[in-house]
Amino acid sequence: MNWADLNLMPALPEMFLLGALLVILMLDLFISDAKRVITYSLSLVTLAVCAFLQINTFEPFASYTFSGMFIDDPMSDIVKVAMYGVTATVLVYTRQYATDRGLFKGEYFTLSLFALLGMNFMVSASNFVSLYLGLELLSLSLYSLIALQRDSARATESAMKYFVLGALASGLLLYGMSMLYGATGSLDLALIAKSIASGSANQTLLVFGLVFIVAGLAFKLGAVPFHMWVPDVYHGAPTALTLMIGAAPKLAAFVFVVRILVQGLGGMVADWQGMLAIIAVLSMAIGNITAIAQTNLKRMLAYSTISHMGFLLLGLIAGTPEGYSAAMFYAIVYVLTTLVGFGILLGLSRAGFECETLDDLKGLNSRNSWYALLMLLALFSMAGIPPLAGFYAKFAVIQAIVNVNLVWLAVVAVLMSLIGAFYYLRAVKAMYFDDVQDNSPISMAGDMKLVLSINAIALLVLGVMPERLVAMCVQAMKLSLTTL
Amino acid sequence: MFANTLSLVIWTPIVAGLLVLATGGDQRAMLARWLAVAGALAGFVVSLPLFTQFNNLHGGMQFVEQMPWIKSLGINYHLGVDGISMLFIVLNSFTTLMVVLAGWEVIQKRTAQYMAAFLIMSGLINGAFAALDAILFYVFFEGMLIPMYLIIGVWGGPRRVYASVKFFLYTLLGSLLMLVAFIYLYFQAGKTFEIEAFQALAKIPRDVQILLFIAFFLSFAVKVPMWPVHTWLPDAHVEAPTGGSMVLAAITLKIGAYGFLRFALPIVPDAALQLSPVIVAMSLVAVVYIGLVALVQTDMKKLVAYSSISHMGFVTLGMFLFTGSNQNVWAVEGALVQMVSHGFVSAAMFFCIGVMYDRVHSRNIADYGGVANKMPIFAAFMMLFAMANSGLPATSGFVGEFMVIMGAVQVNFWVAALAATTLIFGAAYTLWMYKRVIFGEVGNHHVAELTDVNKREFLVLAILAIAVLGMGLYPQAFVEKMHLSVNDLIAHVAISKL
Repeated sequence: MNWADLNLMPALPEMFLLGALLVILMLDLFISDAKRVITYSLSLVTLAVCAFLQINTFEPFASYTFSGMFIDDPMSDIVKVAMYGVTATVLVYTRQYATDRGLFKGEYFTLSLFALLGMNFMVSASNFVSLYLGLELLSLSLYSLIALQRDSARATESAMKYFVLGALASGLLLYGMSMLYGATGSLDLALIAKSIASGSANQTLLVFGLVFIVAGLAFKLGAVPFHMWVPDVYHGAPTALTLMIGAAPKLAAFVFVVRILVQGLGGMVADWQGMLAIIAVLSMAIGNITAIAQTNLKRMLAYSTISHMGFLLLGLIAGTPEGYSAAMFYAIVYVLTTLVGFGILLGLSRAGFECETLDDLKGLNSRNSWYALLMLLALFSMAGIPPLAGFYAKFAVIQAIVNVNLVWLAVVAVLMSLIGAFYYLRAVKAMYFDDVQDNSPISMAGDMKLVLSINAIALLVLGVMPERLVAMCVQAMKLSLTTL
Repeated sequence: MFANTLSLVIWTPIVAGLLVLATGGDQRAMLARWLAVAGALAGFVVSLPLFTQFNNLHGGMQFVEQMPWIKSLGINYHLGVDGISMLFIVLNSFTTLMVVLAGWEVIQKRTAQYMAAFLIMSGLINGAFAALDAILFYVFFEGMLIPMYLIIGVWGGPRRVYASVKFFLYTLLGSLLMLVAFIYLYFQAGKTFEIEAFQALAKIPRDVQILLFIAFFLSFAVKVPMWPVHTWLPDAHVEAPTGGSMVLAAITLKIGAYGFLRFALPIVPDAALQLSPVIVAMSLVAVVYIGLVALVQTDMKKLVAYSSISHMGFVTLGMFLFTGSNQNVWAVEGALVQMVSHGFVSAAMFFCIGVMYDRVHSRNIADYGGVANKMPIFAAFMMLFAMANSGLPATSGFVGEFMVIMGAVQVNFWVAALAATTLIFGAAYTLWMYKRVIFGEVGNHHVAELTDVNKREFLVLAILAIAVLGMGLYPQAFVEKMHLSVNDLIAHVAISKL
């Protein structure tokens, strides 16, 4: 190895993250439960520093390190900054909840940060090996996080389910990768793309590999027909961890899909377009229709996630830069919205009480009209009603697919979002129209209240002025996809 | 005068609404009410220059504002009004003021939220009428569903949940397809959402036009509402609080009809021409059949709701009367006059019912009788509005119906004959209800305890009465504003895009 060429700068934030993570891990051994807040604060500081480093090392082109295994491009920069913010927000939202349930331990922070490190690698990988490593680091951290609540049978069960099905999905993915390796002779995404473009690769083998890859990715995204784990895991995990699974990992999974399908297998767009179309339509249909039947909010939001993943895939199906940036915008808005939704559930839960059914929301407007308003913003944003951010997300992906003359898909999508509107409305109805059932006071920590408010208002602000974020996504996609 | 009159008209009520919302709980309800009145009054005052400074001799859009909004998606913040939309903005700002006054002491539960919802909705409605960018229009058009949903659901009657969800989903169904149509047109018009660019498209094949028309039709027909997609309206109206019914009838229905004029007719004229017999038929069904349905209602609010549908049938009828490929000028202008007039009259009718409901807590005709003995002033006002609702000459209700029938005679005698039955049915159901409720012996002890209108109610009734009479006696004030815009529209629609 030529040491002069070893430029580790592109991975600077990751290296800092790992270092800080190890310090937190060690430090935590020496402090008592009462002082856990020290490591909690250190974790937040770490995230802030990471974001700072990420922004300051921003370059409008792609740079590689670790022998081309690791790529740092504008797309990954934006998504990583978003993930730092999201992870920090999740920590703030879950502090009280986790403390009440005895989850507020050193492992909680370190595993969350390990998961983040894994996500960073998923986002920045340019090789099948590093992609897979990132994915596994994320998944293993999440499995153990869910199982952290050892005395809860439900949490353990859901960790087990997540683990078994996640391992199956990883297996599918690996199998697909091995076939692609066989066909193209490389694990590097750029080389694979080149080999496909040259037409020298065995077509049959490529398509076979693609099928496995798409199945594995759909598993990770939670898209139909590989969605069965989503409601069970969302429901079974403690709400804090449901939020952890449902927020940042979706961003990482999105970039993961873009890296493999667009950057690696972009030459086979005609092949995966059709598969994704079927998956997207099924996800939107089954997700939305099944959500109607749910009375448990966590399950309802799980099915709603499935349908959102269907929408997100629409952007990829378009196969154009506009489509990819629309999907990226969708992913970011989706995560912001999910944070508010679960944030409210966390805030309404207290020691010995889980807020998780529709009934628990009843009369929220009379109990606390501010929280009701925040939740209202989140729900209407998910339903895609203007002037909330969710509308532009749906709008952008639909615009992208109409651009490639898939009008029928656009019509299916809007009809599905009509069905979706029904259950979001039902939650709004519970909050605003129904009488209070449980009038116990709501005590939300001050910092959480502040962050949650900013978070929800952001949905409205993004709804009135979405241009900055949309333009950022468009730019990032343009720069990242041309420089590879 | 400000250069940004339209922005002011849109944002003043919205900002006022947010301020009202910030007053918080019911302990500061009085502050919320005064703020709301101030906000609504400010909203109305800033909208007046639109009417007074409108140039009747200037075709096209006035008070135009344009700037890029979401560049990456091709959406502009483009506002402007012509002689058609301007009238509705002023009407809406006026109605909002009436609604805030109407809900003054009636709404005791979450007053601030109630007032805020109306103010915010008023701004959104103004936005929908002023938008010249299709997506901007859509944002306002859909955004108003949120406050309306809450208004019906929180402050409505016993079946409010059912009514609010039905209202929301019905309207959303139509508008989502329209969104796809907009996006399709965006690419056809060279990556722009400008409504004027959509209208200027020179060639659209017939089958595409028909599909686009259907998308627009579903969206706007639900909003109007036309038979047979009208069924949400009686539910929503009946369960909504008085203010909600007033806004629904006076304004939101008009957005549907306005949508036909702004989108469906000029963008896809050939499809509109081809499908016009269907629409005329549906409108006539609304006029005749729904008029008969109104006759048998036992609930006053439902009766007025059905009467609204029947009157709106006149509006759609007027818009789709073609001779050759030309719309009939009389009929289109009549439809517009009918829309404005119906805005005043239906708001007044719902307010009258609200006045009685607040005292007796019943909407059943059978629970009343002899109200005139106890509330003479009220009875006199209601008499005027009932007459206007049945289309008596010298009230605003007459002008529009007369003009549409005039237009219809020129097109087809039998269409005109059927349309004219409204003068009989309208009079029958309105006056029969009036007779049963107001005249006769005092019906029961509830009626015996009635007290006449208070100052606030008198104020609202008097203002509405002036509007109804003024428009009946001098419709020219409104017609001259819209004349040039209507002519432009007709000229535009006459040019085939095949």
